[in-house]
Amino acid sequence: MTELMPAEGVFSLIWLLIALPLAGAVILLFGGRRTNAWGPYLGILTVGASAVIGILMLLGMMQNDPEQRTIGQTLFTWVFVGDFSADMAFQLDQLSIVFVLLITVVGTLIHIYSLGYMAHDPDKRKFFGYLNLFVAAMLLLVLANNYLLLYVGWEGVGLASYLLISFWQIKPSAAAAGKKAFIINRVGDVGLSLAIMLMFVTFGSVGFQDVFGVAGQASEGTLTAIGLLLLLAACGKSAQFPLQAWLLDAMEGPTPVSALIHAATMVTAGVYLIVRSNVIFTAAEWAAIAVIVVGMITIWMGAIIGSAKDDIKKSLAGSTMSQIGYMIMAAGLGPIGYVFAIFHLLMHGVFKAGLFLGAGSVMHGMNDNVNMRRYGALRPLMLITSTTFIICYLAIIGIPPFDGFFSKDDIIHASFERSPIIGVLAMLAAGLTGFYMTRMVAMTFFGKARWEDDVHPHESPKVMTIPLIILAIGATFGGLSLVYWGNIESWLEPVTGIETMELALPAWVFELTTLVLVIIGAVIGWMTYARREVPIEAPRGSWLTRAARKDLYGDAVNDVLVVQPTFYASRWLVWFDNKGVDGFVNGSAAFIGGLSGRLRHYQTGFIRSYALSMVGGAVLVVLALVLVRAS
Amino acid sequence: MNPSNYVVLSAVLFSIGAVGVLVRRNAIVVFMSVELMLNAANLAFVAFARMNGNLDGQVVAFFVMVVAAAEVVVGLAIIVTIFRTRRSASIDEPNLLKF
Amino acid sequence: MTTFPWLTTLMVVPLVGSIVVALLPKARTLLAKQIALVVSVATLVLTVLMALQFVGDSVEPFQFVESHPWIPAFGISYSVGVDGIGLVLVALAATLVPIVVLAGWNDVDDSRGSVKGYFALILVLETLMIGVFAATDVFLFYVFFEVMLVPVYFMIGRYGGAQRSYAAVKFLLYSLVGGLFMLASLIGLYVVSAQMTGTGTFDFLTLAGLNIDEGVQKMLFLGFFFAFAVKAPLWPFHTWLPDAAAESKAGTSVLLLGVLDKVGTFGMIRYCLPIFPAASNFYAPVVIGMALIGIFYGAFVALSQNDMKRLFAYSSMSHFGFITLGIFVFTSVGQSGSVVYMVAHGLSTAALFLTAGFLMSRYHGSSQISDYAGVNKTAPVLAGFFMIAALSSLALPGMVSFIGEFLVLLGAFERYMWVGALATLGIVITAAYVLRLYQRTMTGPLKPELEGMPDLRGREITALVPIAVLTIVLGLFPAPLLNVINPAVDRVMTSIGATDPAPTVTGAALEQPGLPAEGTEQ
Repeated sequence: MTELMPAEGVFSLIWLLIALPLAGAVILLFGGRRTNAWGPYLGILTVGASAVIGILMLLGMMQNDPEQRTIGQTLFTWVFVGDFSADMAFQLDQLSIVFVLLITVVGTLIHIYSLGYMAHDPDKRKFFGYLNLFVAAMLLLVLANNYLLLYVGWEGVGLASYLLISFWQIKPSAAAAGKKAFIINRVGDVGLSLAIMLMFVTFGSVGFQDVFGVAGQASEGTLTAIGLLLLLAACGKSAQFPLQAWLLDAMEGPTPVSALIHAATMVTAGVYLIVRSNVIFTAAEWAAIAVIVVGMITIWMGAIIGSAKDDIKKSLAGSTMSQIGYMIMAAGLGPIGYVFAIFHLLMHGVFKAGLFLGAGSVMHGMNDNVNMRRYGALRPLMLITSTTFIICYLAIIGIPPFDGFFSKDDIIHASFERSPIIGVLAMLAAGLTGFYMTRMVAMTFFGKARWEDDVHPHESPKVMTIPLIILAIGATFGGLSLVYWGNIESWLEPVTGIETMELALPAWVFELTTLVLVIIGAVIGWMTYARREVPIEAPRGSWLTRAARKDLYGDAVNDVLVVQPTFYASRWLVWFDNKGVDGFVNGSAAFIGGLSGRLRHYQTGFIRSYALSMVGGAVLVVLALVLVRAS
Repeated sequence: MNPSNYVVLSAVLFSIGAVGVLVRRNAIVVFMSVELMLNAANLAFVAFARMNGNLDGQVVAFFVMVVAAAEVVVGLAIIVTIFRTRRSASIDEPNLLKF
Repeated sequence: MTTFPWLTTLMVVPLVGSIVVALLPKARTLLAKQIALVVSVATLVLTVLMALQFVGDSVEPFQFVESHPWIPAFGISYSVGVDGIGLVLVALAATLVPIVVLAGWNDVDDSRGSVKGYFALILVLETLMIGVFAATDVFLFYVFFEVMLVPVYFMIGRYGGAQRSYAAVKFLLYSLVGGLFMLASLIGLYVVSAQMTGTGTFDFLTLAGLNIDEGVQKMLFLGFFFAFAVKAPLWPFHTWLPDAAAESKAGTSVLLLGVLDKVGTFGMIRYCLPIFPAASNFYAPVVIGMALIGIFYGAFVALSQNDMKRLFAYSSMSHFGFITLGIFVFTSVGQSGSVVYMVAHGLSTAALFLTAGFLMSRYHGSSQISDYAGVNKTAPVLAGFFMIAALSSLALPGMVSFIGEFLVLLGAFERYMWVGALATLGIVITAAYVLRLYQRTMTGPLKPELEGMPDLRGREITALVPIAVLTIVLGLFPAPLLNVINPAVDRVMTSIGATDPAPTVTGAALEQPGLPAEGTEQ
């Protein structure tokens, strides 16, 4: 286990990374209307300041030896009872710093973008407050040095996500979507809670250092259980099968939220959790296999849903599910995949944020219409948006030299190292990615205009396009630079470990095959949606299309299996409580009342009958006495 | 004379008094029957005091007399009041104190 | 150790205040409220001063001890003193009373009963609540336990809603029946102590030190436990709670659910466990079963309630299931968690009832959920506090309720893995009913009838802010609670002879590979 370095110099500011956005959130949310005027700028400033501190820390870390890059900072002992103790303490290492930078830099860009996107919203201040709260919670999640503190961040991002999905609460659908997200996430939280408890019972601690230090000595059954519980948690947060149903509804939130929380950062928390707990998954083979299976199912589900949806945000959400499926699957591959999961996560954070913000920019010019069947031929009118969108599109389908090419190829290569079946499935899904992303680009920017009558498409203001340009630049050069200039594999290696296996075929064969598949998918998409007329009314489609439009019946299954039985049980218990338990209580009261009602008739008012009963009683007493004496 | 005869007499008097209370309807007679029972008890007390050779029974008998006197005062007052309002001394008629 | 009679002072101050309030002329309602507020704040200040002098890791079981003979013939004395558990609950009571006074400023009018009467009753109740947590003589505890019913009975029966007399009588009868069983056990306990020590006593420490015969313990335990189970309330003795909560004023409900019901769980951990250790062990599986049923039963029933106050009552029942579970799994983590949970539940219930009360006072006092929708639009501050209260109720990590709930679950998991795992599922349903309530009342389009509903005013915000601040601050920095609770819980653990399970893989095993990890510790 790596030694923790004391937090000195710039690293003594680890707590400030979290405290800054948190302070921003507190001031904005509790300051009330006074902060309306300058609040949003404060929000941007605090997140920006965290980003600057993060970059300084990265530079500081690069000067240290690879073994001395794990820095610990303990503020105080947080919870302590008996043998249990958890500190309010942070751990900054090569893995967390990657996340810190992703969260703060992308977060800052999205904050700036929101300034334009939310310009006319009366609750703009609250929006920035929630965003700041999210950034603080997400930073806590990745900086915590023990699982319990991680849980606080974990739930904090869930809360922020809930608040932001239902930001436009006046729409019942938005309020319902937020609630749904929170409750499904709670199911995942049960997994995390139980995993933490099992860790404490097994290892007597919930700190990363302690747990990973002795993890090897636990039985494989225990480790598998912990691994599966962590996987459940990851499924909830990262919208993996079978807890995927909330993510599509989460698109009810404002688009910057979808970009930041439901694409770039929060939904990748599950990947972080698995990679952070790599010691456990490496030791528990079946848990790792479960991770691969879940990831693979979600890759395909997401891609199929993404191919069928006409709502641009939901189609992107399907794509997010699918891409996170890749990451989870890679994380399940073990040391051959951890690094690539994080690499893809980073790249995905950049290009998917770009895609979502681009979609937001399109919606901004189309009166917030999200139906791609009413788009078309927007490229000349939205030059910056379309250019950046297409760059991010090339990145996600994995065309060299854009950054998705590097990360996704690494994952496919690694999955072939694990097993040819996994590899082939992952490769085919890449082809499907090419199809649905091309469909989206073709329907939005090319073909014929199918706009509604009162729509006047226009380019968005600079405050929105500049973040798009920056993200597009990141999507162009990010992969290249992380492979050739700053080697991400050797950077993460001390935390995650790394293994490579020699395959029978050289790497370029896999790269080329994937590329060919992607191009086939893209060409099919282009032929169907750009060259041919796109009907305004969606055609009936095949059974798969119809199922995919209904999210592959995710909601229906939940409804039948969980929601309806719950409410049925609830109503039955209410009846039971009123009639059964309370009925028994009131019944016994009524019984006593009835009994006394009958008994009082013996109170006739005739003095002599009372006297008779007295005499009778006296006779009985005397008889009893005599009998007792006699015996 | 055998003091146990007094105890038997007392029991007889008490029974007569009890029967009187139960069967007679006139309040005054009932009242007198109660007095008879009280005095039967007194007689038993005195007889037992004699048999046991200490004075406790006689002391209690005095207490009973005092209580009986007080009871007569209150009881007669009630009966007179009832007679004034109802023109009757029957104890079956004022049966309003019931369910 | 100071000789100043802190606890007696804490009881006398509100009592005197209550007499003064009661003697005021009926027309001086404002003065009555002001005096009540000043007196309750003064009590709070005194409590804080006392708590600051509390020694966390003292060897004495009780601090601020006072003892005067009361009925020496039966070994009854006026003895008070607090350990960590008593201290935090006294502090909880002293904190909530001024908040309730402030929040209930305009809750009552002259239409039934007098305004001053309501505030006088609150102050009397404060005296009794402090007394019940501070008593170290079991008889004195019993007296406070029963007398407490009287002010609450009047608070529900005179100042409550339409069904108030039904609810008040139900509450009184339920509690009295429970109390009678306890009285029987109490007399039995006295007789047992007289047989074992020669002179009968009601002194808690002496009784806890006795080694009572197991069969006798099992019988006496039932009497005490029944009283506490009704008070807490545990399933299936809970049906008075929804009625009482639904018919009382918000302030009454806060004191009833937030503090008074804690006497039940407090009694379990303070009296049942140390005095009847063998019986507690014997009955633990049954109690844990009742607690588990209560957790899910309360949550499921809460899910389809249409009355906010009844919903809170059932949710409290679910929370009391957690608290009882933590006490009876006999791990220090679980029991400390339970005590933290008691405090947290007091705060979250107060927040819920008060915000709901403020909401109801704005629309004809209706507590029907279906009467409200979209309140967030017209009263965002109210909706914000409602959200904080809801999150505190569902034990969001970062709030003090999370620490209580997590420790309880962890303690249960340590002892009985499947019980802990099952109880953990409860957090999903909790989230479901709390968020459903928020969704139905606060979000969506505003109901036309609610147009122009005013937002919270200064007084109302002042009442809610301390609760919210305490909930969050104690969630992030629970050391002040844990420092005083842990030693008291350790003492309980010692008295029942329970030890925490040791981890299966320990750091020690790392140094000596090959050896099975055996860590039995205190």
